[in-house]
Amino acid sequence: MRISKMMATLGTAALLGLASAASLTGPAAAETVIHRGNGAEPESLDPHKLTGVPEANILYDLSEGLLVLSPKAEPAPGVAESWDISDDGTTYTFHLRQNAKWSNGDPVTAEDFVYSLRRAVDPATASDYAPILGVIKNAEPIIAGEEKDLAKLGVEAIDPQTLKITLNSSTPYFLGLLTHSISWPVHKATVEKFGDQWTRPGNSVTNGPYTITEWTPQSRIVLTKNPNFWDAANVKIDKVVWYPIDDLAEEFKRFRAGELDVTSVVPSDQIPWIRKNLAKQYHNVPYLGTYYYVVNLTKEPLGSDLKLRQALALAIDRKILVEKITQAGQLPAYSWVPPGIPGYEPAQTSDAKMSQAERNEMAKKLLAEAGYGPDKPLNVEILYNTNENHRKIAIAIAGMWKKTLGVNAAITNQEWKVYLDTRDKKQFELVRAAWIGDYADASNFLDLFLSTAGERNDAGYNNPKFDELMKKASVTANPQERNKILHDAEQVFLNDLPIIPIYHYTNNYLVADKVQGWVDNVLGYQLTRYLSVAG
Amino acid sequence: MTIATLPDRPFSVPPEEAIRGRSLWADAWRRLLRNRAAVVSAIVLALIALACFGASWISPYPIDDIDWENISTGPSALHWFGTDENGRDLFTRILYGGQVSLMVGIVATLVSLMIGVAWGAVAGYFGGRIDSVMMRTVDILYSLPYMFFVILLVVFFGRNILLIFVALGAVQWLDMARIVRGQTLSLKRKEFIEAAHASGVSTVNVIRRHIIPNTLGPVVVYITLTVPSVILTESFISFLGLGVQEPQTSWGVLIAEGARVMETAPWSLIYPAIFLGVTLFCFNFIGDGLRDALDPKDR
Amino acid sequence: MLRFAVKRAFGAIPTLLLIIAITFFMMRLAPGGPFDKERKVTAEVEANLRRAYHLDEPLWMQFGRYLGKLLQGDFGPSFQYKDFSVNELIWNGFDVSWRLGLSAMILAFCIGVTIGSIAALRQNSGVDYATMGLAMTGIAVPNFVVAPILTLVFGLYLSWLPVGGWGDGDLQHAILPITALALPQIAVIARLTRGSMIEVLRSNFVRTARAKGLPERIAVSRHAVKAAMLPVVSYLGPWTANIITGSVIIEQIFGIPGTGRYFVTAALNRDYTLVLGVVIFYGAIIIVLNLLVDLIYGWLDPKVRYD
Repeated sequence: MRISKMMATLGTAALLGLASAASLTGPAAAETVIHRGNGAEPESLDPHKLTGVPEANILYDLSEGLLVLSPKAEPAPGVAESWDISDDGTTYTFHLRQNAKWSNGDPVTAEDFVYSLRRAVDPATASDYAPILGVIKNAEPIIAGEEKDLAKLGVEAIDPQTLKITLNSSTPYFLGLLTHSISWPVHKATVEKFGDQWTRPGNSVTNGPYTITEWTPQSRIVLTKNPNFWDAANVKIDKVVWYPIDDLAEEFKRFRAGELDVTSVVPSDQIPWIRKNLAKQYHNVPYLGTYYYVVNLTKEPLGSDLKLRQALALAIDRKILVEKITQAGQLPAYSWVPPGIPGYEPAQTSDAKMSQAERNEMAKKLLAEAGYGPDKPLNVEILYNTNENHRKIAIAIAGMWKKTLGVNAAITNQEWKVYLDTRDKKQFELVRAAWIGDYADASNFLDLFLSTAGERNDAGYNNPKFDELMKKASVTANPQERNKILHDAEQVFLNDLPIIPIYHYTNNYLVADKVQGWVDNVLGYQLTRYLSVAG
Repeated sequence: MTIATLPDRPFSVPPEEAIRGRSLWADAWRRLLRNRAAVVSAIVLALIALACFGASWISPYPIDDIDWENISTGPSALHWFGTDENGRDLFTRILYGGQVSLMVGIVATLVSLMIGVAWGAVAGYFGGRIDSVMMRTVDILYSLPYMFFVILLVVFFGRNILLIFVALGAVQWLDMARIVRGQTLSLKRKEFIEAAHASGVSTVNVIRRHIIPNTLGPVVVYITLTVPSVILTESFISFLGLGVQEPQTSWGVLIAEGARVMETAPWSLIYPAIFLGVTLFCFNFIGDGLRDALDPKDR
Repeated sequence: MLRFAVKRAFGAIPTLLLIIAITFFMMRLAPGGPFDKERKVTAEVEANLRRAYHLDEPLWMQFGRYLGKLLQGDFGPSFQYKDFSVNELIWNGFDVSWRLGLSAMILAFCIGVTIGSIAALRQNSGVDYATMGLAMTGIAVPNFVVAPILTLVFGLYLSWLPVGGWGDGDLQHAILPITALALPQIAVIARLTRGSMIEVLRSNFVRTARAKGLPERIAVSRHAVKAAMLPVVSYLGPWTANIITGSVIIEQIFGIPGTGRYFVTAALNRDYTLVLGVVIFYGAIIIVLNLLVDLIYGWLDPKVRYD
């Protein structure tokens, strides 16, 4: 008896203790709130240190750079109202807004950008994305530690409202690059005072439409409207709550229960049901990325025999793959660079327009020519990192190769870091990979396979003709000419088939009816400042 | 009748009817056979095991056969238990998966049993510094990050199927040791142990014949908890790249996949779960039966 | 008893040191590092990153540096979550985990012991088979199946409770996670209790209590239960440590900001400092709880002595 009484007391005490942990509920319902799913806990909210999409989503609400993304994800004026470009394309002069302010009231000046860009390339900041700024004069030597004087970076504050940036050579996509967070400003006094903690609520000072008011890791991040933002009048939502939910099925349930207004993804097995029952809320949008298998060109027999690579690429029925296995409206890929880059036409492999029956025929022929067949079957190994989708795709592709070509494909999975390590060390035969564009330019994809790209070139691709074309493109000022040269380079690349393209990505998410102002775009960013919540 | 012809023993019995003494094990075996639940369970378990290990004869499809027309479809005449998201027959995969799960469940549990019981009994019996060192070792091994242990196993020994047993058994024995030690601490002061001491039984034999059999109660219960734990942990480590690789599978992996799609493809979860559940129930009843049979006080 | 406790407390220090050392070097042996990403960084950036986190120093130096900071109570910055220190992550996470865990443990203990005792008292009857059957189901069904079913039924279909999230840490967000945590443990404790009670109910001292005329109720509750608790307590020690540091699966499915998920994600991300932080934290809790368990043994069974 005494024991159970003690238990009852302890039990009640524990539950009371639990309840008392609750803080008071939020403010009254007069303000508009939007709840957005975000997929993962951000690694950092420092624009110079973040690397992923979940972080970028939040940062697009917190900060603003010289340029900002329009609802259609095109570069639009941000802090910079207007700009002049010199005739040779190497000098940009930005005219900053008079009324651009930090969340604590300080004006945003050109000096802020000078400080921030220097900080971004400073080796001490150890920024992952700093090399993107490599187009700026002296950025690369500073990042490499060869140039110790940060002031040598090609950025200069002519006066508080005018910023001059000098590039190494003409870079047509520079303005698009400036929409990337690496180039955004940070508040000098705050960073110097708080160090690594400067991004926390209470410390953080930002210049975007929102400020951060709560950060509970693994639970939620709450952003509140910044009254000092120059365009605050057009920001209609008062509060945005970002949830780092990584379980797809649970995020979907929370959306259906009304706890979330926007999801970051959609579980692929639910897509048929969603298309029927949530058709209006379901958004299926092309996304600038490609899913592919890398061939290890240093390994026999695939590395040296183009016919084998072609046979394997041909025998994949991409249509069935995207319709029945991945089900998310992806586009079968016959090119490396995905469609959707303005002004660029992707090259294609020669089988792009064939029927699958024709492709299978050709594949069998090529396999036989390479000397393989039923009495000498080809054995390959596919490596992927542990993930449901990668697994399903690998099983399907292995099945197709078996059925059409009699190829025995062994499938192995490794956990993420081990998988990355194996890729680096080129200990694979075929490895699953994906590349999402950082900004809308073909070079972002093609640069990966320069012979000088080091570890990023995990196929070990080395074709001097390809390198030559890429080099030529990098010094061509005319955008149309440049895109044509890049197209030729891509064709050379595809003719060698160091990778097997599988599909081009789509973004899938659910948006509740009450959310307005949502514009689908190929970069997959919808800034909260353009949205509103009805009712 | 002369004295020489008198029978040498009073009331002597013809040899073929001589009374045979009953050993403890024979006693226990007889009691076990009388436990209906245990017997039925053993038969069911045997049937399941036969079906699983005879999968290549029983199942209508090879394990990696893809039916492109029937991807993620429910139970039908073609596919009795439906198909998975890749169009593979679920009935087939459950049978093949059972091979792995049953083996893993039994072997890993046996491994953890042997090491854990011995460790715990020795630690509890000797007490003092030996107990201290042995149990602190258990604490240390318990605290180490399991994930790195598994990752390193793969790194150093490659992708060997035997490693699964090592990886799984290596952790389970720790809890077992703790439970047995606790029991031993309580047991070693009991009168019958003192009696064994007094009659000069060696330490090894005290532990072997007196302590360990008397800890069997909680141990048997704990085993019926270890088996499901092992089977489910196996699905976790295959996530880490150790353990079964496609197209091989196990019940743990099938259930994990089924849980993910439980709303759209409930059969993917229900059928493997039923197989696992029935198997565990069988182990449970057999375990209970064993404990009842071996308990000398149970009349 | 006090001497015993103090001796154990001192013994904890070398134990913890060993745990730290083994974990530290184990982590470094695993392939992959905290800054490996699919987007490869250039060699220069990688060098910068390694320098900023002292990863370019020899291992023994890094270990010494870590121990030095540790003595000052500083677990270091998280490699993965760059804006937070490990101290903060563990502290904030534990604040949530322990509440959920302790509530689940108490719930599971009370219900489990009760069910197990009843089953033992009515051994081999219908009640026994029914309750033990239910318990077996609780053990056979893994938590990654139970938890989503709970959110589906109570969150989505019935709308009684939120589907997930932690909200402000209020009760309605806690009910489903606590239930999901407690259910399998109720089953385990019930089975352990039943098994142990069956043996105890036949023991001499219970027979004596009955012979002396004590009502069955008191004989059971005051004498039998206490003695039967030994294996349950053995199990509860480490299991409490597990549950108050959080369950990965429960936290991931319900979106709870606890420390549980760090045990898996930190290792997967090679966040060295966070892994060490949770390992040390967990190790310390295990040591304390085991000490507590040993002390409780002494209370449950007066014959238990520690020489």
